[in-house]
Order: sequence, then structure tokens, then C-alpha cells
Amino acid sequence: MEISKLMKKRIADNLKEGKRFDGRKLDEFRDIKIETGISVNAEGSARVTIGDTVVVAGVKMATSEPYTDHEDEGTLVTTAELLPISSPRYEPGPPKIEAVELARIIDRGIRESKFIDFKKLCIKKDEKVWSIFLDLYSINDAGSLIDACSLAAVAALMSAKLPVYDAETDTIKYGEYTKDPIPLTEKVCLNFTAYKVGKSLIFDPTREEEDSSEARLSVAMTRSKGKIYVNSLQRGEDEPLTPEEVLKILEMAEKKYEEVEEVVKKQIK
Amino acid sequence: MEATENTELKEVKREVVTPGEVIVSGKDYLPGDGTRREGDDIIASKFGLVDIGGRAVKVIPLSGTYMPRFGNVVIGIVTDVTFNGWLIDIKGPYSSFLPLVETPRFIKGDLKEFFDIGDMMACKIVGVKQKGVDLSIKFNGLGKLEEGIVIFINSNKVPRVIGKEGSMIKLIKDETNCEIIVGQNGVVWIRGDNLEDELRAKEAILFVVEKSFAIGLTEKVQEFLKERRAKK
Amino acid sequence: MAYTKRFDGRKFDEMRETEAKVGVIKNADGSAMFRFGETIAIAAVYGPKVMHPQHSQNPEKCVLRCNYDMLSFSVPERKKPGTSRRSQEISKVTEWALANVIDLEAFPSAVIDVHIQIMQANAGTRCAGINAAALALAHAGIPMKEMVSAVAVGKIDDKIVMDVDKEEEDYEDGEGATDIPMAFLSRSGKISLLQLDGKIQPSQLKEAIEMGQKACQQLYEIQKQALKASVMEEK
Repeated sequence: MEISKLMKKRIADNLKEGKRFDGRKLDEFRDIKIETGISVNAEGSARVTIGDTVVVAGVKMATSEPYTDHEDEGTLVTTAELLPISSPRYEPGPPKIEAVELARIIDRGIRESKFIDFKKLCIKKDEKVWSIFLDLYSINDAGSLIDACSLAAVAALMSAKLPVYDAETDTIKYGEYTKDPIPLTEKVCLNFTAYKVGKSLIFDPTREEEDSSEARLSVAMTRSKGKIYVNSLQRGEDEPLTPEEVLKILEMAEKKYEEVEEVVKKQIK
Repeated sequence: MEATENTELKEVKREVVTPGEVIVSGKDYLPGDGTRREGDDIIASKFGLVDIGGRAVKVIPLSGTYMPRFGNVVIGIVTDVTFNGWLIDIKGPYSSFLPLVETPRFIKGDLKEFFDIGDMMACKIVGVKQKGVDLSIKFNGLGKLEEGIVIFINSNKVPRVIGKEGSMIKLIKDETNCEIIVGQNGVVWIRGDNLEDELRAKEAILFVVEKSFAIGLTEKVQEFLKERRAKK
Repeated sequence: MAYTKRFDGRKFDEMRETEAKVGVIKNADGSAMFRFGETIAIAAVYGPKVMHPQHSQNPEKCVLRCNYDMLSFSVPERKKPGTSRRSQEISKVTEWALANVIDLEAFPSAVIDVHIQIMQANAGTRCAGINAAALALAHAGIPMKEMVSAVAVGKIDDKIVMDVDKEEEDYEDGEGATDIPMAFLSRSGKISLLQLDGKIQPSQLKEAIEMGQKACQQLYEIQKQALKASVMEEK
């Protein structure tokens, strides 16, 4: 059922007083659970649960020719699908703009943060590089898919192992793994999407809170040499944001970064 | 595999059955809801709890979408406004319509001014046809719902939430000082003086749904509500 | 070399380790997970619900829509996201395997959506999908005449085996591998899914069908248990 006007108003009115239906603070995340290695045929995989929201991410590797202008760098392709199993609002078929945008937001954050060391993915300059295929899927949509997928992407990448590559025959022996992880830097990219509901800004909305929101801002951040950097931004939905709101969101995200980074470090082996 | 349910003062043990299982055998038995007869056997057609009352055998479903029944009070959301009524989503397999003629006489002219898309309505089902369900708000206590919160529960648990002669829901209403309408379709509206009371009522209702098989559920709910009130 | 011993040491009439659980997707009206060894399928059922667009409605009975898909990383060589002709065909035979047991006349003009997603693949995916889907339909409280259970029987070289895995599917020696996915209805014993690719004599096919019946009787017990176990959890 669609969200009713009365619920939208109730949620917005209570947020003004700093109250959320499940008792959380405005910038508080539900319980985050990260499991890796959830799909044996993937080079890397993860399942992230935030409250009742469940998403999975998988990494598959292949080899290809590098792009022109990037002859010594590996490549990354990110796709996302909002699966019909996860909610009655999604239908089978080609990804709609919601899924396309989600994939691009996650992709941009990872790319701009320089989390992946693309140069180390080079096998032979101008000829052969590793390609990373990162695929994201929703399994149960209870709000906050963007941030859940972002965590799943990071977890899948961090837990991945390169498959055996036979340079002579130019074939990959899928199922046989090296001990080598994907070359990553310490710049763990985390995404925080703030949602504007009425006059309030919140993190990790439930499905009803998300349906009551008029705007969102996704902020991808990394930490480098003790400082926090913003690597990408995406403002979405109809309502504009004031400059003050944008700065407030950046402040909220910076404050949350360390806490979520701890969760990631603790739960990803 | 058995589950127990409190009916009046008796403890009735109910067997869990799955589709295609034989419940009982014997020509004397009568196949009721959720069952069918095949030769001598009464077979379960649904996943649920067996209920044998005398010769009548039926399966009480544990899950499944709401099936509209004449006379039910349901809560739904307006999804469209036409020239002569409102399309309302009450969940379940049929679309529902509230025609202008089934509303109080003062409603006329621009229908959107009275009930618009996104409004929650408490209605009574006055007709169930293949084409769809007909609704009415011409009875006391029905109409547009204002303020409060709306929650969704498994429609199969509604009888438990209402309780024998409304005893369970009355307990919750009294303890939380809230107005509550429990739609037979599993949509529940709660309006109290403040959010804390409304959330307490919500939690009590979810508690009943979760512990629906427990014995002495009324006492457990009373305790639950007292505990929550003390926390405030 | 003749196939005298199965690669993973199983007996010829032994299935891989199975696992079945219902209620795995909160948003769905009914949901389930089913596993054969390393093959994992999850299914979600939404419905019966109003069918849009109206002109697609069938006034005589409920429409059953099955949609089978695999995660790109469920297989060793990445499967490009999106439907393929293979998944379209599997969606259709799955629909046929299930439609017969559902009381579709009880909900004219409505629709029941069954979505199957393969999380991990090691052969037998369509059978795992059907087992999960049948569980999800029952879990959703949809009226069904009986349950449906599916298994991939095979002929590896000249041996009839129960629950073919990927290594067996790829067997090329001797008579090679013949893959025979089949589904049985729990009460009537009728066959609602039957496909075959390979080479087999009719007399051995009889043996394969008997193997399938035996497997599906076991699978039916596993499915029943999964449904009943979910009620115990509620207490």
C-alpha cells in the first residue's frame, strides 16, 4: 500500500521534535550486519543487513583490453538491480532509473575515492588488464538501499580473491583462487545518504520514512592521512536543499564516518 | 507438530497441516474452509492450523492476503478520484470502490475536496462481486481518518487482536487511552494523545500477533502494557 | 572410464545435503529458500493481488506469473544481468509445474507473482527454484491441492543417479551425461515438470522416473518440515 498522507505528516511532525517511531536518533543507523563469502562462485561476495533491509553484492573478475588513455589500469563495471523479490514495488525487467542511478552513485564513490588501485590490476600494458564486475542486488527493501549497497560493495571488494590466470593460454581458471586480494588502498569509501523529511534531516530511513521524504543527498567519503574527504555527492528527488542543509549533512556524515568505519573493520575479515 | 491456542477457558491443541495432507478420514466428517474431500479423506488445501468442531473440519490459515467479506470493516487508502466516487486500495485481490451514493448526503461537488489521493478511510464492505468490492461509509465511526498512525498486521491475526467480544482490543485501548480501529484487512489505525501512547498500543498489538499461540495471552498483554507505561 | 563411483562419494540414489526454510524475505506474502548442496534458490510470492493493466486480467481465473532469474555471480563465469532465453524458458516450465496445484479459480481477475532468484548455482537450479516456489506459495497461504517437489535425475554414463551436480553434468566419458529435471505432485503422484537432454533408452527412462519419485517423496517430507518448523518459531 502507498504511504498515506496522515503517516507522512505524523513522521515529519515527530521528526521535528527529534522523535522517530523506532526510538532512534535522527542520524542513527539501525543494526548493521555484514557477512562475506555468501556465494561460492563469486570471487568476492557480501550480504549486508541494515535493520530489515537486506542486499547482496558480488565481484566477478575477467580480463580485457584496457581503455584508451588508461593503458595500464584495470577497469570497474558496477551494476545494480532492484529485484522483484525484495518488494512489491519492483517489477521484473530491465533496470529502471532507480537501479541505474544507485549503481552509478556507488561506482562514483568507489572510483573517486581511489579505493581500488587500478594500476596494480594491469597484467600487460596496452594489452591486458583485470576487469572487476561489481553487481548489487536488493533482497528485502526496508529503506536505505543506497547505503546498504555501498557497504556490501566495499565488503565484497575487500573479501575478494583473484582467480588463477594462465597468461600462456589467456584463460581464467574460475573456481581456482590465488591468495591475492584485489589491490585496494586504505581509503575505504563509505556512503551516507541523508533524507529530508519536512524540515528534518535523517540517516538510514525505514521504508515509510523514505517514502515520506522529499529530497536526499548521498555523500561518499574516505579518510586519508587522518583527514576526511568528500569524493562524490548526489542530490536526488524533487525538493531542493538549502546551502545550510547541505553543510549540516556533510557535518552529520563526517561525524558518522568513524563509527561506521569501525563496524566495517570489525565485521569484515 | 502442534500449537496451542487459548479459546475461552479451554486449551485447544491444534495440528499444523500443509497442502495435500490428510487431516482425518471418515465419511462422517464435513470439509470446511481450507479443506476438501477426496474419497474418505479430508485433505488440507492450505497451510494452517486444523480446527475440528464436531463433524466440521477446517484449516485456520496462518498467512495469506486478506479476502474481502460482506460486512467487514476495512481501512484503505484512496488511490484515485473519479466523477462519482473513490478507488480505494484495501489490499487483497480485488479493487474496491466507494461510490458517492454510499457517503453522507453533504458530500457533493468536487469530490477531491472531501477525500483525496493518499487519505486513509475506514469503510464497510457492502458488496463483493467478481468485478470488485463495493464500500460504504454511511455507518457510524466510518470515514476519513485524521491524525494518528497506521500499522499493518497479518489479516489472519485480526480475530486475536480484537479478542473475544472485543476484549483484547478494549484492554489495549483502555491501557493506552487510544482510539483504535482494527480493519479486518489487517490495517490498524491508532490515535492517542501523543506518539508514546500510540507506539505503546502498536507494540501491544504486535505482541499479540507475535504471541498469538500463547496461553493466558490477556494477562501477558496486561503485563506488557504496565511495563511499558512504567518506563515513561 | 565407466562411472562406477560418484565424484563426491554419494550413493547413486542419494541427494546432496538439502536445506529448506520459509519466511526468508519479510516484505513478501510468502517466501522460502531451498538448497541442494551448493545450489541455493530463494523464492518470493506476492499475491493474490489486483492485476494491472486491467486488460490482462482473466475473468475466469487468477493469472500466475513466474519469473526465474540468476544472480550474475551465482555461476563461475559471470552471467550478464538481465533475462536470457534460458531463464525465460525456465520461468515458463516453472509456471506449468506449479499452476496445476493452485486453486486459481478462487481468485478470478487477480494475479499471483512468483519470483525465483538463484543465489548460487551448482546444477539443479530449476528444481531448487520449484521447491522454493512451492514452499513460498504454501507459506503465502495460497490454496493448493498438493505440494510440488522437483529433482534433477541424471544418467551419467550408464548409471541412473539422483540429484545431478555440475561435475556430473559436465561428464563426457562413455555415454556422457543426460540431465532429466522432473517434478512430482505429492498426493496424486503426477508429473508436472519433465525435461531431458542427452541420450537414454526408454527402459532406463523408466528407472529414472522411479528414482525421481523416490527423491520427491523425500523432498516432500523436507518441505513439510520447513513449513511446520516456521510455526514452532512463532511460539
